[in-house]
Amino acid sequence: MPEKFVSLTAVAAPYEPVNVDTDQIIPARFLKAPRSEGYGKFLFHDLAQVPGFVLNGAPYRDAKIFVGNTNFGCGSSREGAAFAFYDRGFRSIVAPSFSDIFHNNCVKNGIVPVRLPQAVCDRIRISLAERPGTQLTVDLEEQRVVEPDGTAHEFAMDPFFRDMLLQGLDELGLTLSLQSEIEAFERAYAEAAPWAAR
Amino acid sequence: MLRREGQCLLYVDRHIIHDGSFHAFAKLAKRGLPVRRPRLTFGTPDHYVPTVSRSPADAPNPEVRRMVEIFASNVGAHGVTAFQLDDERQGIVHIVGPEQGITLPGLLLVCGDSHTSTHGALGALAFGIGQSENEHVLATQTLWQAPQKTMRILIEGQRPAGVSAKDVILAIIAKIGAGGAVGHVIEYAGAAVRAMTIEERLTLCNMSIEAGARAGMVAPDDTTFSYVLGKSFAPKGALWDAALAYWKTLPSDPGARFDADVRLDANHLEPMVTWGTSPETAAPISAAVPDPASAPDAPRRHSMERALEYMGLAPGTRLEGLPVDRVFIGSCTNSRIEDLRAAAAVARGRKAKVPAMVVPGSGLVKKQAEAEGLDKIFRDAGFEWRYAGCSMCVGMNGDLGRPAQRVASTSNRNFEGRQGQGVRTHLMSPAMAAAAAIAGCLTDIRKF
Repeated sequence: MPEKFVSLTAVAAPYEPVNVDTDQIIPARFLKAPRSEGYGKFLFHDLAQVPGFVLNGAPYRDAKIFVGNTNFGCGSSREGAAFAFYDRGFRSIVAPSFSDIFHNNCVKNGIVPVRLPQAVCDRIRISLAERPGTQLTVDLEEQRVVEPDGTAHEFAMDPFFRDMLLQGLDELGLTLSLQSEIEAFERAYAEAAPWAAR
Repeated sequence: MLRREGQCLLYVDRHIIHDGSFHAFAKLAKRGLPVRRPRLTFGTPDHYVPTVSRSPADAPNPEVRRMVEIFASNVGAHGVTAFQLDDERQGIVHIVGPEQGITLPGLLLVCGDSHTSTHGALGALAFGIGQSENEHVLATQTLWQAPQKTMRILIEGQRPAGVSAKDVILAIIAKIGAGGAVGHVIEYAGAAVRAMTIEERLTLCNMSIEAGARAGMVAPDDTTFSYVLGKSFAPKGALWDAALAYWKTLPSDPGARFDADVRLDANHLEPMVTWGTSPETAAPISAAVPDPASAPDAPRRHSMERALEYMGLAPGTRLEGLPVDRVFIGSCTNSRIEDLRAAAAVARGRKAKVPAMVVPGSGLVKKQAEAEGLDKIFRDAGFEWRYAGCSMCVGMNGDLGRPAQRVASTSNRNFEGRQGQGVRTHLMSPAMAAAAAIAGCLTDIRKF
């Protein structure tokens, strides 16, 4: 079960490329590993071989917030991408847009995906790069990101996802409690659409 | 079924699983939960299976072999219908679903694989999910989802000779971008879509995810109904009649409004190839590699520079004539019988200049191709003829290229390292890939 997330102030790592795909976040050859092994070491495994890769630098060893660019986490549905961020210590990713599957995988693993406007993300990334080690605050309760100078940016978050993250829950417990509703639906549905039943 | 705070609990009609589902089964076991509706769950191993034979012993290492074995033991323990390696129905999940009639119009179908958008070609709502969601569906047969926005892509006109469904979807992704449809479900409409066979529509919908779409679909029509009729798991008799009457009500109303509208004229399309490390870097074969100086902003310029460095390409290089080291024909995008026929028509009576492999999408596609003599055409032309699986689209079974190799590929992703570390992937249609094998370079199928 992921940790609860209310508010977090931590070092943020900026990463500029657009359309970062989950093959970059975790190459496919590592997906065979059991989760108990820890996925943190796979995060950006191949890109990290290139000297100067952002997470290799000292200020970002303790980063817990990642600031990316548009269409972050596109491509493969591999949840290993979210495991890798979480196991490496990241609890929030800020970007102008996320791939839908990666976004949901983050939520299910206790990582808060924050959408902020392109211009805001661009500015934050530039200021983080200028002052490596800068901390940001991601406040899920207040739904805002706060820069060190106090500049705050409000963000929208699906209330269902927000509740799950605030309480550190996953939705399976909730759904299992809806057993009788599901059974009632199945009975009515089998009558209305018998070709769909099996 | 019901709504909570902007999310809907959806009932899943068909759940398809593959050999990458082990995290979901592990989580299920940890909670001691059974699969709620094993009869609505279908499985086949594809990502990790060997394609040189049907023997698990041909896995490149014990870990890969174990993935296929764990899958067999998981589906066996839970009574899930599964097509294993010794079953001719085994294949890539997105080939098998439609082929078996598991995919039907109007159904909600999910699978722990992003290319689940493929199944929308039959008028199903189909999308990829993660492993946690996979566990949730196994345990409850339901899924929480937020409503999506809608996008209609209207493709009018008629495709010129040499332009396939793959070229159409690559042109769409180039036009709207790799994130152009994030948060949307796409409906593909227009004369050029109506004229497509189901297999072409499957190729079209398959790559919806490469434009960021949650799903892609085509309204079911007579082409759809005749495709589905008689498939193993499709309804029969009175159930078929009832289903058909319902399916005919599914198309969007005339004048329906969409959150986004995109238009494309099929008359002016050309065969496409990609030059970079995102499917949005598709360009007509007659074009040249673009100059990063033309990028709209600094991040995009840097991404282009990085892509060209990785791909070993200089701005201004003509795509036509670019030498390739090997060719892959296969994947959930392009491994159906019509794809293999298109490639075989090019290979017939010729010889490949570079190593090329053909990997059918399922055991049944392989059998059909062999009945038509396509395997002999490929072998005579020097192409390898393999068994069904995802193979070199993602290389999880060990079918990988070597660093700096340039690959002409009919798959769906040209990401860095996708086909092996340092491998340079160019996406294209089956006919274009076969032509690249014969010519030893990217070539224009229209001049072939």
